[in-house]
Amino acid sequence: MARAVTPQRKALNTAIAWGIGLLIFFPILWTILTSFKTEAQAISDPPVFLFFDWTLENYSVVQERSDYMRFLWNSVIIAGGSTILGIIIAIPAAWSMAFVPSKRTKDILLWMLSTKMLPAVGVLYPIYLIFIRMGILDTRMGLVVVLMLINLPIIVWMLYTYFREIPGEILEAARMDGASLKEEILYVLTPMAMPGIASTLLLNIILAWNEAFWTLNLTAAKAAPLTAFIASYSSPEGLFYAKLSAASTMAIAPILILGWFSQKQLVSGLTFGAVK
Amino acid sequence: MATQHSRSAARIMMAPAVILLLGWMLVPLLMTLWFSFKKYLPLRGGDLGWVGFDNYVRFISSSSFWPSIQATLIIVGGVLAITIIFGVLLAILLNQPMWGQGIVRILVIAPFFVMPTVSALVWKNMFMDPVNGLFAHLWKFFGAEPISWLSEASLQSIILIVSWQWLPFATLILLTAIQSLDSEQLEAAEMDGASPLSRFGYITLPHLSRAITVVLLIQTIFLLSIFAEIFVTTQGAFGTKTLTYLIYQRVLESQNVGLGSAGGVYAIILANIVAIFLMRIVGKNLDA
Repeated sequence: MARAVTPQRKALNTAIAWGIGLLIFFPILWTILTSFKTEAQAISDPPVFLFFDWTLENYSVVQERSDYMRFLWNSVIIAGGSTILGIIIAIPAAWSMAFVPSKRTKDILLWMLSTKMLPAVGVLYPIYLIFIRMGILDTRMGLVVVLMLINLPIIVWMLYTYFREIPGEILEAARMDGASLKEEILYVLTPMAMPGIASTLLLNIILAWNEAFWTLNLTAAKAAPLTAFIASYSSPEGLFYAKLSAASTMAIAPILILGWFSQKQLVSGLTFGAVK
Repeated sequence: MATQHSRSAARIMMAPAVILLLGWMLVPLLMTLWFSFKKYLPLRGGDLGWVGFDNYVRFISSSSFWPSIQATLIIVGGVLAITIIFGVLLAILLNQPMWGQGIVRILVIAPFFVMPTVSALVWKNMFMDPVNGLFAHLWKFFGAEPISWLSEASLQSIILIVSWQWLPFATLILLTAIQSLDSEQLEAAEMDGASPLSRFGYITLPHLSRAITVVLLIQTIFLLSIFAEIFVTTQGAFGTKTLTYLIYQRVLESQNVGLGSAGGVYAIILANIVAIFLMRIVGKNLDA
């Protein structure tokens, strides 16, 4: 399919694409590099790129200042918990919409997506109040529930998109063989939908991990995830670029690696199946 | 294939998701409506009774209201324009034959995985700082006076930060769409003497319209509520106070829940106007 191109043309493409790719990636690269510098080197003019005295000191300083593992653990529980809970609730809904569609299926789907457009800030105080009354302010459980709810429409949509591509005949065959609804979902549908479920899982973990409105506003000391860990560096303080870089690297590394490994799966899910 | 039995089963299976989302939408919404008609100051007397439409009038007549709508629209519109235009160009570029395509794609998509608080802080301090930022070094190198980005060009700076975060998303989706374009069609047009520009305008762009719609919809949903990028950079100063941020300040900083709730209702109305508009396009596009 690929058209024959001259090597010169290919070299030119490569040069431009690599140039732009590195430019886009540069802020991340610069952050990672700076995290290994001393504070003085971090602001030196002209800036130093690779030839500086590499040090791990910033990482230990950041760790001493705030316990990274505790924030990391909160992030893992909140992002993972909300996503898994969301998927458990969404699978039956997406199943029924994909295999027993009615006239209103599309309306329901669009309505679900429209709840995503409800501006969070418009309902911040009510949620805050409910959280206080229920005693779940600054708890991981509270955030798991909220993040599950804000991502639920996306999870339903993505699963619906994947389920719709499974041929209905296979389910019918299972039914003919006497499989109950539960068995049908558990033993026929779920295994076939595993790739779709996996990419839904990944994307929503990323979204929940990076969510920064509810996690900043509904947590204090106990349940604060990495978004809050990094926000504590938002007020300038003497020389702090190297420490800020180390903290940033620690906050983004897990999800950056996860994202890179799963980038292929992410695309199809993100477009709700509208782009092939 | 849908029997009566499976239909009612389907309804039951849909129920948890629908009920949860309905509750998530209605309960806070009704509470916000309730507060919006009250004078409610949690730290200064609490519930001080009904005030009718007072909060609504005060919120809209406050001097920061229209500027906040303007800032919101400029940021959302600016980011959409930049990410879609550069996304299309980048997608076309990445679709060309080259060495190391996979690695370039990994480099380009990386910003999408960076949490907003981190990217805002990194840009604010390490790039846009007027003394120690890289831009300042660069400007000085060329003999120019460093710019205090976040105060002198605040909206542009925020748009730059947010565009950097969303460009990978747009690029990736547009690239996926472009890869499904039949290259024989382009070759035929080329043989017939169509210029690169008209090949782009008559073949590539129409082919991408659906993907562009999807990018438009999904980004708008997320962009209308950007918060962290403003929270850690300007805190709403220098004309970057979006509607979201204005309401946040009313509710949490000045602890005026009634007034903030009225603002919340305005934000909900604004979001719904956008939503209806977008849903129409998407609903139409999804049928095809």
